[in-house]
Amino acid sequence: MSEALSRLTRWASLFWLGLFAITWALSTWSFDLYKALDARWIIRFPKKFELPLDKWISDAMSWLVEDATFGLFTFRDVTRFISALIEAPYDIVRSLLIDGFAVGQGQQAVQVAPSLSWIAVIGIILALAYHARRRNLVLLVGICFVYLAMFGQWDSAMITLASVLIAVPIGVAGGLALGIFAYRVPLAERMMRPVLDLMQTVPVFAYLVPILFLFGFGPVSALVATVVYAMPPMVRVSTVALQSVPQELIEAGRMVGCTQRQMMWKVLIPTAKPSLMVGVNQVIMLTLNMVIIASMIGAGGLGYDVLTALRRLDIGGGVEAGLAIVVMAIALDRLSQAFAVRRFDAPLNPSLPFHKRRPLLTGILLLVAVTTVAGLFVPPVHLYPEDLTITTGSFWTAAIEWINVNFFNTLEFIKTQLLTFLLVPIKKFFGGIPWIWGILVIGLAAGRVGGWKLGLLAAGLTLFVAASGLWGKAMTTVYLCATSVLIASIIGIPLGIWAGQSARANSVIGAFIDTLQTLPSFVYLIPVVMLFRVGDFSAMIAVVLYALAPAVRYAAHGIRSIDAELIEAGKVFGCTERQILWRIKLPLAAPSLLLGLNQTIMLAISMLVITALVGTRDLGQEVYIALTKANTGQGIVAGLAVAFIAIIADRIVTALARSSRERLGLK
Amino acid sequence: MKPMKTVLAGVLTAFVSTGAFAGVESQDPIKLTTHDWTGQIITTTIMGEVLKKAGYNVEYVQADYIAQFAGLKTGDLHVAMEIWETTGRDAMDEAFATGKVVNMGETGMEAIEEWWYPAYMEEVCPGLPDWKALNDCAQEFSTPETEPLGRYLGGPVTWGGYDDERVEALGMDFEVVHAGTDAALFAELESAYQRKAPIVLWLYSPHWAPAKYKGSFVKFPAYTPECYNDPAWGSNPDAAYDCGKPTGPIWKVSWEGVEKKWPGAAKAIKAFTVSNADMGDMVGKVDLDGAKIEDVVAEWLKANEAEWSTWTK
Repeated sequence: MSEALSRLTRWASLFWLGLFAITWALSTWSFDLYKALDARWIIRFPKKFELPLDKWISDAMSWLVEDATFGLFTFRDVTRFISALIEAPYDIVRSLLIDGFAVGQGQQAVQVAPSLSWIAVIGIILALAYHARRRNLVLLVGICFVYLAMFGQWDSAMITLASVLIAVPIGVAGGLALGIFAYRVPLAERMMRPVLDLMQTVPVFAYLVPILFLFGFGPVSALVATVVYAMPPMVRVSTVALQSVPQELIEAGRMVGCTQRQMMWKVLIPTAKPSLMVGVNQVIMLTLNMVIIASMIGAGGLGYDVLTALRRLDIGGGVEAGLAIVVMAIALDRLSQAFAVRRFDAPLNPSLPFHKRRPLLTGILLLVAVTTVAGLFVPPVHLYPEDLTITTGSFWTAAIEWINVNFFNTLEFIKTQLLTFLLVPIKKFFGGIPWIWGILVIGLAAGRVGGWKLGLLAAGLTLFVAASGLWGKAMTTVYLCATSVLIASIIGIPLGIWAGQSARANSVIGAFIDTLQTLPSFVYLIPVVMLFRVGDFSAMIAVVLYALAPAVRYAAHGIRSIDAELIEAGKVFGCTERQILWRIKLPLAAPSLLLGLNQTIMLAISMLVITALVGTRDLGQEVYIALTKANTGQGIVAGLAVAFIAIIADRIVTALARSSRERLGLK
Repeated sequence: MKPMKTVLAGVLTAFVSTGAFAGVESQDPIKLTTHDWTGQIITTTIMGEVLKKAGYNVEYVQADYIAQFAGLKTGDLHVAMEIWETTGRDAMDEAFATGKVVNMGETGMEAIEEWWYPAYMEEVCPGLPDWKALNDCAQEFSTPETEPLGRYLGGPVTWGGYDDERVEALGMDFEVVHAGTDAALFAELESAYQRKAPIVLWLYSPHWAPAKYKGSFVKFPAYTPECYNDPAWGSNPDAAYDCGKPTGPIWKVSWEGVEKKWPGAAKAIKAFTVSNADMGDMVGKVDLDGAKIEDVVAEWLKANEAEWSTWTK
């Protein structure tokens, strides 16, 4: 038995070694092979077999925009109607928060009511935090919003808040509706899954152009793009949450004679509420992740401030506006989490007068009324006075200059070493793989890990990439991602292990990771370019910084969730700390580490498009070029290629995690 | 009582002022597009303020430089104040061909795009700004990645510019590295300037950078259309692009419906001009001194009332 097993593992490692050896040999000599055989098709996909998919998509798009009609109205009328539906509430929220209400157009407009004063907005937010029954939360949220006012970010922050307040409810309601649909109709769930995969992996830049064409120029298009990007986790979470409602509860509901509607809204959804709130939280975070990209197509707000500040190299301004996004994300995230775990209210006593029944609400209404009236006479009550704002702008600029002047040569040396010994060899390896072998090897590897179905899927998706004429750029993408993921894991996993073992390390590392993930990458991209110049290396640093978070989080989670008895047992046997870590903790945490790896890869791929902004020559650049040339087809095809790489990586790593869990006997 | 009165007074004023502006052809807002660089926003704001003073309703809409043409064709957007000959030619030609977008003439500003080096490089490479002198000290500009060639930082690939072809045609010992965005371009310049390190890169004017950093554009053989079309022209008989980049006007374009719906506004838009020097000055005030765009524009309007008041007549 054990002999058979060892023969099996020997065969398995032989398989992987052989596969790698052939790939390496082909990659090294593919160019010579092409010269020797005079067969250019070895390194380039033959032009005449390339799919003109991009042209078809562009044509279909212009037909949709210009000609498609349902008789009485055109397709464009429909999308424009939807935009009007979204724009109306957006305008109201925006007027309420910052612009004030006005009647009439343009300069004939007359303000009929002012917006809420900054004091009133902070009051409302604090009351919400208090209502969620968390004292610490009141303090945290208060500090966050006072930061916005004191650092002069208030106006932009309110514009961003307005789009969040519209995008999040749409994303949540839409996600919940689709989730319920998928729960009720299993076929729909199966059909939705690949669509959701694409929504999460196709870079946003790829579909910005068609959204602009259909929904018009302005904040609405930005909102639509945000919703498309932020909704998928909500759909997934709601389906799973509904499916995991205990069967006994459903039975009980049936016995008391619930209708289908009552069952959904009175039994299923209340029971699933804590899990559903996790989805809401995801939607909020992803919406804030989109702030920068949304501002490129007219959303304005904090994202726009970050972009314009960095375009004129005002690093301090960019950092402050970027931190304002972080601060807002933290406040909204903690608030939504607090509401997720909040218990139900005690029933109110109807005999009491209103102000005693609802003291908090009464107080807020009073605050709004008082500050609104007072704001008409004393402007600082309405708008935070500009003289009292503070800034740390010059500090950041000076700090970067100091590093640049004093340490550039050191950094340059490190960079050159890494480039010569790591990046360039990996680039050559991936760049040299002939496309036919590439398709085959991915199919074989995926088939080996997850069965022949997965192998076929992987090979098919790779063939699509090659047939779109994007093989070279796709390999550059894979090289950049692979290197970044490698480095992110080397840095992230030890940090995660440390955080998993020490509570104090965890709080520091956790805060650092949260900031890195919500801080718009554009903020650190420009300083990185100043220190490392335009090129792959700068792109890699940006990707590593962004993709670090899951490597750390999952490693920490894996270490923390190990059964304490196993560690005790190790101690009883006299293991040293080192042996406990290497022989017990790490092997048991392996499935978690693999999940972390999966997420790291996903985030690295989603960062690719941003790296095009510092000049890489990968699929991200292809998508970005398509965006700047408003070429719908080119953008979507390149976006799909990115998505397919992500999907292949995701499926393979998930299959690996599953088999490693099985081997360890963890369900 | 007092707030009530204020509101009433406001409504009254509105009534009166609507009457006063009854002269314009349509009260619908004219949508002017703004992009992501300061100069363009200033140009657009000047135009917008002048139109407002003439009684038109104006709305500024943020839109992408190239993607906006889709909106201009359908009439979602109305006026784009800065389309550069150097970077927007193809998009303009395509849009004019549909007949739905029309040319509203030059803005008076001239776009310059060329290789540029900081002044401190003149000591290292005597003979600058001549391109041959630059080529003779190409080694000074080399980095570990480009060695032994010099490193030239070009614009984003989407800007075109034929720099790879130029290096080839003139036989220059440079490697072209493309920045992803202009923000990355200027980040590198700032970094090199702080260290007084060698750099040669693509800059353009009107922009704040040539005002902030001391330096000059490289002098290539002057551009002619033949140079780009005819390989026989120039020092290299077998290759085109053996010359510098073309300079060209910055154009104004609009949706074709503007002239029918707001003839008076169309006339003003066509009449609009501003000089390179004025623009460079205003951009510098905003991007370098941190002034607000509205204030800078108001200042310009005050100083040049004699000029812009003729546009709307």
